[in-house]
Amino acid sequence: MIVQSINFKHTNVIGNAITAVDFFNSWAIDEIVLLDVSRTKEYHEEFLRVVKELSKRCFVPLTAGGWVESVEDIRNLLLNGADKVAINTRAFEQPSFIEEAATIFGNQCIVISIDAKRRADGEYEVYIDRGRKATGTLVEVWAEAVEQLKAGEILLTSIDHDGGRKGYDLNLIKKVTSTVTIPVIAFGGVGKWQDLVEGITVGGAEAVAAANIFHYMEHSTKLAKEYLVEQGIDTRKPFFYVLNAPRKPEYKVRGY
Amino acid sequence: MIAIIDYGMGNLQSIRNAFEVLGAEVFVTNDPNDLERATAIILPGVGAFRDGMRNLREKGFIPILQEQIIEQKKPYLGICLGMQFLAKRSHEHGLYEGLGWIDGEVTLIKPEKGGYKVPHVGWNEVQFKRKCSLFNDLGEKETFYFVHSYSLVPTIDEQNIVLGTTWHGTEIVASIQKGNIFGVQFHPEKSQGAGLKILENFLQLVRQQGQDQDKK
Repeated sequence: MIVQSINFKHTNVIGNAITAVDFFNSWAIDEIVLLDVSRTKEYHEEFLRVVKELSKRCFVPLTAGGWVESVEDIRNLLLNGADKVAINTRAFEQPSFIEEAATIFGNQCIVISIDAKRRADGEYEVYIDRGRKATGTLVEVWAEAVEQLKAGEILLTSIDHDGGRKGYDLNLIKKVTSTVTIPVIAFGGVGKWQDLVEGITVGGAEAVAAANIFHYMEHSTKLAKEYLVEQGIDTRKPFFYVLNAPRKPEYKVRGY
Repeated sequence: MIAIIDYGMGNLQSIRNAFEVLGAEVFVTNDPNDLERATAIILPGVGAFRDGMRNLREKGFIPILQEQIIEQKKPYLGICLGMQFLAKRSHEHGLYEGLGWIDGEVTLIKPEKGGYKVPHVGWNEVQFKRKCSLFNDLGEKETFYFVHSYSLVPTIDEQNIVLGTTWHGTEIVASIQKGNIFGVQFHPEKSQGAGLKILENFLQLVRQQGQDQDKK
């Protein structure tokens, strides 16, 4: 089930993950991130099955994350078809886990997910555990540590802007992109295509991610890409490719 | 039946999924003897050159590959590491011998200008240098997904095998062909439409070869 989230509180259930992936594949999305945002780890087996099914039809890099707590968890995700694994809470609680994972699986495979919220004093504080726990650590301090520990990429999410459709928190993105040299993927807040452009040109992010806007509109990733190309952003042009892969079970229509 | 070699390096699921979705009959094997019944051989791989060649050697693949591909001329597609193995030697973490079917070496990517990072990760545009059935219906250039730190550099005399190059602060050989041997540095199984088209074209090639052989 894909869930729309606003400020990290689950709201609408949008639909079936496989349908979404098929649409994205047809419309030139560059990469897909699948996160298990369940409140507890009890659905993790189910999540692995979803990753496996999705990866059968996903011919772009697939990052999977959520409740990754051990080397075993990483291995399971990779065996089920993920190309990269996103780690958040466990990485913060036990930073050596990042280096261990990068050494075993290769740093190109390890994405550290950082969620941050703006404080009253204008600084950004890192939150862990599905946005439930404040850590007291500044985002740029954690980002720098993450790079030292050999992470491959950072997935940076603004808790404040999540689901708000008012654009990315560009100050937050800039804070991190000006601190690290590894790629930063901006996430949280996209309401229109121009927001994606600004994530790159103003925020300095290497990659821009969105969820809601892509799920609510058909052709959305194609339209987004076309807009980026028009604005002069160096990105892969949309290319429509029909994947002739029937889904199981195949439903026979009666009487026709 | 197309064989995908499993020698313990990297995730084979994606490449297998891609071929299955295209309707090809594929099987994955870690037994060199199985290659006898293969119509074509795919060698994928992500990881270190040294470990890859060692695994291939220990599992007894090297002599069989020599026989199947050089002597019997079965179509071969090397992906990422699978393309790098074709070289005479690699300089990754030491000096190691490759299969030696292509005159060239595998060296670290050295971007000349600033701003280009190693490893080379992400989508990049490949400029096609000469026509090849592998790139049918793809125009003069196309974008594919790369993830590597080292690349195959053919010698001056072998330059005509280069099918396509990409730029990452320096020119990188993205694809090669020498007779029945094909190599791609990028990952077609992760390059969506364009990547699947390459695999589809390779399948066509294999079928064509099969038909030609039946006619003899």
